[in-house]
Amino acid sequence: MMTITIKLFASLRQGRFESESRALAEGSSVLDALELVGVSAAEAAVLFVNSRHAGPKHILAEGDSLAVFPPVGGG
Amino acid sequence: MDTILRINVAANGGPKAKAEPVGAYAGMGGRALTSHMIAREVPPLCHALGPENKIVIAPGLLSGTAAGQSGRLSIGCKSPLTGGIKEANAGGQAAQVLARLGYAAVVLEGEAADDQLYLVYINKDGVKIESAAAYKGLGNYELIDRIKERFGDKVACISIGPAGEYRMAAASIACTDMEMHPTRHAGRGGVGAVMGSKGIKVIVIDDAGAAMRQPKDPEKFKAANKAWVEGLKKHPVTGGGLPAYGTNVLTNIINEAGGFPTNNFKTGQFKGASKISGESFAATMTERGGQATHGCHRGCVIQCSGIYNDKNGKFLTKQPEYETVWAHGANCGIDDMDTIAMLDRLDDDYGLDTIEMGATVAVAMDAGLLKFGDAAGAIDLIKEVGKGSPLGRIIGNGAALTAKAFGLERAPVVKGQAMPAYDPRAIMGIGVTYATSPMGADHTAGYAIATNILKVGGFVDPLKPEGQIELSRNLQIATAAIDATGMCLFIAFAVLDQPETFQALLDLLNSFHGLSLTGDDVTALGKSILTAERDFNKAAGFTKEMDRLPSYFKREALDPHKVTFTVSDEELDQVFNW
Ligand code: SF4
Repeated sequence: MMTITIKLFASLRQGRFESESRALAEGSSVLDALELVGVSAAEAAVLFVNSRHAGPKHILAEGDSLAVFPPVGGG
Repeated sequence: MDTILRINVAANGGPKAKAEPVGAYAGMGGRALTSHMIAREVPPLCHALGPENKIVIAPGLLSGTAAGQSGRLSIGCKSPLTGGIKEANAGGQAAQVLARLGYAAVVLEGEAADDQLYLVYINKDGVKIESAAAYKGLGNYELIDRIKERFGDKVACISIGPAGEYRMAAASIACTDMEMHPTRHAGRGGVGAVMGSKGIKVIVIDDAGAAMRQPKDPEKFKAANKAWVEGLKKHPVTGGGLPAYGTNVLTNIINEAGGFPTNNFKTGQFKGASKISGESFAATMTERGGQATHGCHRGCVIQCSGIYNDKNGKFLTKQPEYETVWAHGANCGIDDMDTIAMLDRLDDDYGLDTIEMGATVAVAMDAGLLKFGDAAGAIDLIKEVGKGSPLGRIIGNGAALTAKAFGLERAPVVKGQAMPAYDPRAIMGIGVTYATSPMGADHTAGYAIATNILKVGGFVDPLKPEGQIELSRNLQIATAAIDATGMCLFIAFAVLDQPETFQALLDLLNSFHGLSLTGDDVTALGKSILTAERDFNKAAGFTKEMDRLPSYFKREALDPHKVTFTVSDEELDQVFNW
């Protein structure tokens, strides 16, 4: 198992959490992490792993920080 | 909208107004009109505060119609901050009201004959100009309170605060919102200083008795507007994220991406980001009885704004924009919402650009005048600007001048104008826009954040130079065209992703004006505006060497990604090579 930090933002926090550490099996992907916290791939518009854009298939490593954003904009 | 109102401030016995047909400017609106008129009528080598400069105030092509989102106002002049052409854009009520009265533009021109200040009142019967001596030195809030007492609360105002009267290069022009608060500013480039140099304190516009503008083809227009509003409501950004959290929903994502300039662009992440995020602001505003979703003008569908009350539940300011939260927050090392809201209020009251002011306070902090994170010190410094003290005069003239005054290299400016809330090293597409926009460092001119960070309109990796030139070029062209319509730029999120919503915009323009514009025509319009602007700048002495970021952005690597800006000069020179 490995531990990663999952951070949720904006509307994704509703009924969930802001930031939590979660245990995942080695070799898990971003998608697996999303499933674990009940966020669908469609809701997760922008994903960062350690502050870099990542896709849902990205394989996570011990200590990674995953940030998940719904569609947002501004300026 | 077939009339141009010219106000000659040089006339004997006070300014005189003269209405004339639009003539050569027929079919132009917003930024198309302001930029073409400045390029044609203002000698590029003139002094921005001298008699040859003009202020052109123009609603967009669709302003004053029933089209959703169409109430943005363009204000153009030669900029005292950059020395080049300027178009500053504002929300608020003024664009709709001016357009309904039939004005394509109001132009302030000539050399103020005396040291007096004037008030211009425009309604359906014409124009009255009177002394504004009683309003001299007033902040925008008190000024508007007095206007309300006299003219009621149904009018719209365009005004300057003391910063404009002092002719500071960071002075803005305020427009009132639906509640008649002076909270919507044509902020950038010192447009307020030029209005001050013309001796006009306030323009009061009253559209009582004026009708909504009527389309050439009402049926088609109605159908197009329906599709338009549906498109804006359906897109998750314009229909969800923006109304719920406002523009400041960006704090967390830009911080996460490592492009959130902190302590005068020293690092790309701020420890206090979550305390000043859109999520935190929305919760506090609701808790204090403010409003988290609110429009800056009648007819705004997206409603990205809000109302910020102080601890006692009393109105303090509008919901501070992301740019303001960043400028006065992270960039100054300040993580306190109430301080940021107070600075926003003071900037609006004195009539100052919040981006330039935040960047300038950060430069002063970097120079050792006060410490990063010193909230009380930042408030005091902005108050000096309001007073017009010698120190305030330095700060009120912006980041470049302040850095020079205190002997600091690190002035994050292009063409003299401060960079907004995205570090160009970690988000290179926006760096290309900062470097090359004829406006100086300006995020709205080609909002590469959409594609670099938010994955709207595709994705271009923000940390690499590849693809950024084309991205910025296309966005700068599209933005110039949108700025001509009077539409709020945030429509771009829906328009970039949804072809049917772009078509609805074309249908609105065509059915209203009896035109048959295509996507190609829109591109041509954007290019013609940019070309006029660049030609003006060239004649004003700008060279390609000014389309560059300050050299320390190529030298100092930014944490956490340890990146420098690596788009080459040769590539930058290709942005307008279409
Ligand atoms: S979306 Fe925001 S900035 Fe645009 S018009 Fe509406 S309130 Fe004003």
